[in-house]
Amino acid sequence: MTYKLEFGELLPYWDVLAQGLLFTIVLTLVSTVVGVALGTAAASARTFGPKWLGRLVDVYVELIRNTPFLVQLFFIFFGLPSIGLKLTETQAAFLAMVVNLGAYSTEIIRAGIEAVPKGHVEAGVSLAMTKWQVLRHVVLKQAFQKVYPALSSQIVIVMLGSSVVSQISAEDLTYAANFIQSRNFRAFEVYLVAALLYLLLAIAMRAILRGLGRVIFPKA
Amino acid sequence: MADFSLWVILSNLLLAARWTVVLSLVAFVSGGLVGLALLFLRVSQVPWLEFVTKCYIEFFQGTPLLMQLFLFFFGIALFGIEVSPWMAAWLALTFWTSAFLTEIWRGCVEAVPRGQWEASTSLALSFIEQMRYVILPQAFRIAIPPTVGFSVQVVKGTALTSIIGFIEVTKAGTMLNNATFRPFLVYSLVALIYFALCFPLSWYAKILEGRFHVAR
Repeated sequence: MTYKLEFGELLPYWDVLAQGLLFTIVLTLVSTVVGVALGTAAASARTFGPKWLGRLVDVYVELIRNTPFLVQLFFIFFGLPSIGLKLTETQAAFLAMVVNLGAYSTEIIRAGIEAVPKGHVEAGVSLAMTKWQVLRHVVLKQAFQKVYPALSSQIVIVMLGSSVVSQISAEDLTYAANFIQSRNFRAFEVYLVAALLYLLLAIAMRAILRGLGRVIFPKA
Repeated sequence: MADFSLWVILSNLLLAARWTVVLSLVAFVSGGLVGLALLFLRVSQVPWLEFVTKCYIEFFQGTPLLMQLFLFFFGIALFGIEVSPWMAAWLALTFWTSAFLTEIWRGCVEAVPRGQWEASTSLALSFIEQMRYVILPQAFRIAIPPTVGFSVQVVKGTALTSIIGFIEVTKAGTMLNNATFRPFLVYSLVALIYFALCFPLSWYAKILEGRFHVAR
């Protein structure tokens, strides 16, 4: 049996793919902003907060880092309603992404915070800076500069992982590919095109993040 | 309707977890072998070989594992080749794992001082001999912590094979949830099983990393 590739069959569905791609981009963008903010807060709490809070952050980070994203997603979407928290597919997808990226960025930013020399903090304190000022201007600024490359590649990894949200019918790029495949049975073509779109997105994100890094940390 | 006790749910999940373990091991070993072969090409200093491996790595690292699974499972079947979920899962995970391991190991090979290459060249060793007797033994030591760390990603990656119908612990969880309507309990247990598999690996990787830094 021979199978002829017909990429033309995908043309009528270009808007479905475009919409899916847009959803994936927005999902990634929002979860990056909120997730990194969560990670920053959690990492700061882990290093400077009370001990019990640090423990709590550790449990959160290890639980998320050692379980698959798919299971986290299922837990949030199917499990949480039984204790009274009902979420739509889209809300569940956003929440799962934020929780997931939050844990990874906590771990990354914590490493950056720990790499800041103690003397810098002491110098900040002796200049009569408040605790917040030291955290913001002395610690976090340096920490972010150090871990920026690691954080960038984690964001790209999480973007690729987001293809899983299609499994709870959040309408991302993978969902669009599944939809098209179920209409025209051109599985190979549509998955290949979707995979290449992800690849392009990953390459573009890496370039944008690198450029952004040059703007935010001019010397680095 | 049959009554499902906690024990019945847990024992079924644990039975399915065997397949998660088997698939993880098989994918890790075969991915490692392919990765090792690719590593030789990646550092071969032959421009077109390096370019081809770079493209391979870029594709498998730059696209979602789920897409790769779909391509192997739904895509290849269209060409008239029968692919079982097990086969597709194994193939996709092997390619995916090999791409990451090659890139991790390349970093380790490049961490070996250049003088080692030059010295072994001046001893008239061939490229294969250089790698076998001089470079790899030194790179091996640095490579262990990140390789163990990556094994966690492989275990977590096997969860995606549930989507193409391979019955491992996530798929078993979905099926049990459909039968018992207790998603909170079932998915908590599934998550705990993954945690029990992955946490020792992460922990061990961290210890190894610490030991390495002290040694240096």
